[in-house]
Amino acid sequence: MSILEPALPSVDPVLNPHTARKARPGGTFARQIAAHIPWVVSTAVLLFFVLAAIAPNLLAPVDPLAINPSEAFSAPGAGHLLGTDESGRDIYSRIVHGSRASLLIGAAATGIGLSLALVLGTIAGFGGRWLDFGVGRILEVLFALPGLLLALVFIALAGPGVATTVIAVGLTTAPGYARMIRAQIIALRTSPMVEAATVLGRSRTRILTTHILPNALAPIAVLATLGLGQAILWAASLSFLGLGAPPPAPEWGTMLSAGRTYLVLAWWMTLFPGLAIVLVAAAATVLSRSLKSRGPR
Amino acid sequence: MSAGEPVLRVENLNVSFGGRNVVSGVSFTVHPGECLALVGESGSGKSVTARSLIGLAGPGSLVQVETLDVAGRDARNVSQRSWRAIRGKHVGLILQDALTSLDPLRKIGKEIDDALRIHSGLSGAQRAARVMELLDTVGLDDPIRRAAQRSGELSGGMRQRALIASAIAWDPQLVIADEPTTALDATIAASVMARLGELRQTGSGMLLISHDLATVANVADSIAVMQAGRIVERGPKEQVLNDPQHPYTRALLAAVPAGKPRFTRLSPAVDTPATSSHQPAKIVSAQSELASPGEVAAQGEAADVVLPVLSARGLCKSFPLAGKANFRAVHSVDFELLPGRTLGVVGESGSGKTTTARIALGLIKPDAGDVRLFGEPWSAVPESGRRSRRSSLGAIYQDPLSSFDPRLSTGSLLADALSSGATRNPRSHSKRINELLEMVGLEQDVAARNPARLSGGQRQRLAIARALAPDPRVLICDEPVSALDVSIQAQVLDLLDELQQRLGLSYLFISHDLSVIRHMSDDVLVMRSGEVVESGATEAVFTAPQHQYTRELLAAAPPLLRGR
Repeated sequence: MSILEPALPSVDPVLNPHTARKARPGGTFARQIAAHIPWVVSTAVLLFFVLAAIAPNLLAPVDPLAINPSEAFSAPGAGHLLGTDESGRDIYSRIVHGSRASLLIGAAATGIGLSLALVLGTIAGFGGRWLDFGVGRILEVLFALPGLLLALVFIALAGPGVATTVIAVGLTTAPGYARMIRAQIIALRTSPMVEAATVLGRSRTRILTTHILPNALAPIAVLATLGLGQAILWAASLSFLGLGAPPPAPEWGTMLSAGRTYLVLAWWMTLFPGLAIVLVAAAATVLSRSLKSRGPR
Repeated sequence: MSAGEPVLRVENLNVSFGGRNVVSGVSFTVHPGECLALVGESGSGKSVTARSLIGLAGPGSLVQVETLDVAGRDARNVSQRSWRAIRGKHVGLILQDALTSLDPLRKIGKEIDDALRIHSGLSGAQRAARVMELLDTVGLDDPIRRAAQRSGELSGGMRQRALIASAIAWDPQLVIADEPTTALDATIAASVMARLGELRQTGSGMLLISHDLATVANVADSIAVMQAGRIVERGPKEQVLNDPQHPYTRALLAAVPAGKPRFTRLSPAVDTPATSSHQPAKIVSAQSELASPGEVAAQGEAADVVLPVLSARGLCKSFPLAGKANFRAVHSVDFELLPGRTLGVVGESGSGKTTTARIALGLIKPDAGDVRLFGEPWSAVPESGRRSRRSSLGAIYQDPLSSFDPRLSTGSLLADALSSGATRNPRSHSKRINELLEMVGLEQDVAARNPARLSGGQRQRLAIARALAPDPRVLICDEPVSALDVSIQAQVLDLLDELQQRLGLSYLFISHDLSVIRHMSDDVLVMRSGEVVESGATEAVFTAPQHQYTRELLAAAPPLLRGR
């Protein structure tokens, strides 16, 4: 029988008064602080990039487009914090100035994805059996195609550029959100809460707008934070492939792409834009996770 | 029998969670063949007490005890490993929810076989024979077939019996049963309880935990009443039930609705602001039980020609099951609810009570038959035609919290309910909200709180306030007190009584609890498998039941509930 015992640290609940020990209060306090560290760090990272997007000149006064061939390929150091690229442009300044484009693309793409999903999800969840069936099949087709492929097809049809990138990324994220919104709406539609509202004499439209949608969107908003990081990553991938912002622009994906040629000569040209992408995406993910664990039931 | 060495002796048990005392200074003994019932409302510490006795107090708990002898051994410093040897072999544990206590993927026979194998050297064939014997002992028909079924294929009563079988597999000296019949229907609970009572004849001691004095009254030899972590009264069953000493025990007994005529108060009179600040609650004595005040009620007595506020004729509803079969939820149900009166609907789970209520509320369409509200077509018209008349029909549910929008505070919830009438001025809302809160006995500061932070009783009061917001004439109450402790149940029932008299409301009152129905209703419908088997004036049905099923249902209620 003893072989079946799990090797868990078993706490003995029945304690003799003499062997009883109190939990040290300091331990739990330190643990509480430790639990907050990821949250605080990711908030700080996001705040930095949001500030960079709003007022880049405050954080990096140097012009991100100013060419200075004599200082090309300078290593990170005193003059240029994160080094310079092949034309002598300051990498730090370019990353700071590039955050506006990256964050905007991420936010706009997520926004497009969510809006599209809201329409599709509401139609499917609230529109009756046939509409649900129709939308469901469309979503399944979209799901069957790899997201990047879908974005590439759209860009191939609409031509490259920032606007198309945003729409392409929004399109690829929409089916996932749409499915979640549909599931939320269906669960809420049959809930006692909606039944109570019906008994009070509410119309379907009013129930949808005041009870179902706000409650369905609360958990989706948390997921959208997660999606923001993902969208930035997608946009950077498309720029890296040369389908997003055109080269001189300080866009992170474009910078990565440009640095790739000089990877052996000037590693900082690739490392730091890449790091910026990773930091923002990771911070958004961590923040989303902790929002989720704190969120409403 | 009780002369032997006690199978359980506890002295001065204290349990705390994070510095908060949950159980303090609890002592008792259980002798072989004796059944001690530990009775208390939720939060009284009765379950924690039981769990601490067998090393299951849970993480974060601190258990201190002077003496703890379980099945003849000192159990104060037993390691988790040794506990496993004691539990099952010497102590059997039966929990409330057999569905979660049994592994859904394993056959019942296998489950019991495991309990045997862990502690014994019996051969496979011996164990198989013992499994059959056990299933037979707990009263499961056709043991061979049952042993091959999984818990999902069994009904609630069968599952509970299977759980009892695995708990007593090894003839434990002590059986601890924590709310063993709370989740079961009355007739099934009665037979499971009787089965538990028989276990004592084999010499096992039993500790029976329940929130309900009435259900333990049949089986227990002695009763200990717990309140806020302490035993406030303990003694032989007859003494505790007939001559309670502690005020809390008396309040618990007074809260039992059985045998209390219509409109007699179940809870102490001072508990709600509504009764103290408003006009004194009109408490009508049993003799004048039909003379409910209120204009509508007065009309109700005047003559037989009075129109029912809500009536149903020949209601039928079936739901498709997997495959081709249909589940007949409701079949040719008729009823009439007269103004100012209460029509009780009683039946066990699956009898069609809730489906009837949902049809009456216009939430589902009947397959046949129709519902009329104030004599006008109700179920036959489309929702758009019902909407303007919905204000005259309100509803309260068993779980009020799930019927509230989680984003709204108590105040906004009421404001939302008030805003349906387009004519109302939003400014008058705050006045009306305070009025509603006062009417149901809630303090005004509750308005700013989230309903999730209210107690169960407060939530149900809030649900009543919301239902009353559009000034309805009829309330449909679907198991409104089943989730509440008996003393809170008493308060809510008193509130419903008081509101009925003050506002002249009519209730369609649904409950599985016979004593609640008898206390609340003027007329009653007894339902089984979707059909009304008996209906009539409440007292007539309860004192002279005509249908066999009604008699069975009444017989299953513990004597305390039958009104002694």
